[in-house]
Amino acid sequence: MLEADNLECVRGERRLFAGLGFRLEAGELLYLQGKNGAGKTSLLRMLIGLLPPEAGEIRWRGKSIRTLADEFRADLCYLGHLNAIKEELTPLENLLAAARLADEALSEDEALDALEQVGLAGREDLACKYLSQGQKRRVALARLVKEKRPLWILDEPFVALDVAAVDWLAGIISGHLQRGGLAVMTTHQLVNIPAGKVRELRIA
Amino acid sequence: MLKIVTAVIGRDLKLAMRRQADIVSALFFFIIVVSLFPLGVGPEPDLLRKLAPGVLWVAALLATMLSLPRLFADDHRDGTLEQLALAPHPLGLVVTGKVIAHWLVSGLPLALIAPVLGIQFDLSADALLVLTGAILLGTPALSGIGAIGAALTLGLRGGGVLLSLLVLPLYIPVLIFGAGAVDATVTGLGGEGHLSLLAALTFASLGFAPWASAAALKIALE
Repeated sequence: MLEADNLECVRGERRLFAGLGFRLEAGELLYLQGKNGAGKTSLLRMLIGLLPPEAGEIRWRGKSIRTLADEFRADLCYLGHLNAIKEELTPLENLLAAARLADEALSEDEALDALEQVGLAGREDLACKYLSQGQKRRVALARLVKEKRPLWILDEPFVALDVAAVDWLAGIISGHLQRGGLAVMTTHQLVNIPAGKVRELRIA
Repeated sequence: MLKIVTAVIGRDLKLAMRRQADIVSALFFFIIVVSLFPLGVGPEPDLLRKLAPGVLWVAALLATMLSLPRLFADDHRDGTLEQLALAPHPLGLVVTGKVIAHWLVSGLPLALIAPVLGIQFDLSADALLVLTGAILLGTPALSGIGAIGAALTLGLRGGGVLLSLLVLPLYIPVLIFGAGAVDATVTGLGGEGHLSLLAALTFASLGFAPWASAAALKIALE
């Protein structure tokens, strides 16, 4: 489904990696590992199409993501370092606005249910600026609860989460893999994902 | 296609309503700058009538500039811009929505308050009407052209000054035709020609600017 071929990444004057490739099929999870600055986030940004690779090609369902463009992005869910939530809006408004902008159907009940699952019940009407760092992260992660898109690309999803939330997120990712989804993620803490086939890629 | 534009407008307007200080400060800046001129020049109706179009338009340009640096900067800082770029639509449509929302909270209030301020310059009713029309027609072009500058200077240190240097020269045609329309009405020539050109500038910039801004944003996101 997702193939990367001979990718090369140059940031500034430095070549981070070259000749990197992998193949990921439905139900598989790819763990990206590597030191700080090895190029994990750069690789993720290539996979979502925001950073054009210096050389090589990325294919989704056999076609280059550059030619697929909107079609590829309609299958993609990306969660970056930044939470992409608005401090002035409430968690509920954030979730609904994000879904509308991404052209996803999300009803208010579904959004409330997602917020309850991430442990924000009772706080859905509080502006996000009054939430803690971990709670803001949970608002961002609430998107994943109802997310039906097949490809998830997650950059350090476990950062700022407590133990219970880490387990919960591992469960959500397992569920996604069981439904035949794909996931690529970077993380420094190895978390046991119970379902799906886990592959590892180390960027040297 | 229209859905994404209205979704962006709705979100941006909601955010602007939660942060009213931004809208109000640009509006008060406009009011104060315009009001300083009659006080400084003194009670000479002929001179004031001559000054009015230029003063009002220059103040409108500067007031629009005030809110431009934040057009994309907030979305860029909290990661929302990335998500917008990853939405399954052309980024140009998203920027179109943002430009329209920017006009609604920055250009429209200026047009509504301008006739009141025009009275200080002893403008006739006709001239006030043309002034309001000209600002209504011209400010969308200011938001559109400004979006290109805001996208190009996104993430730069001291981007605000650079933005003014980049955008203000591009505002000159709007300034000339906008002030010219009022001037022509005051002198009895009729401002229709100027207004048509202003409308042409606005349509051209609203069609072109979002896509140019989108290209600049993609570079900023790399």
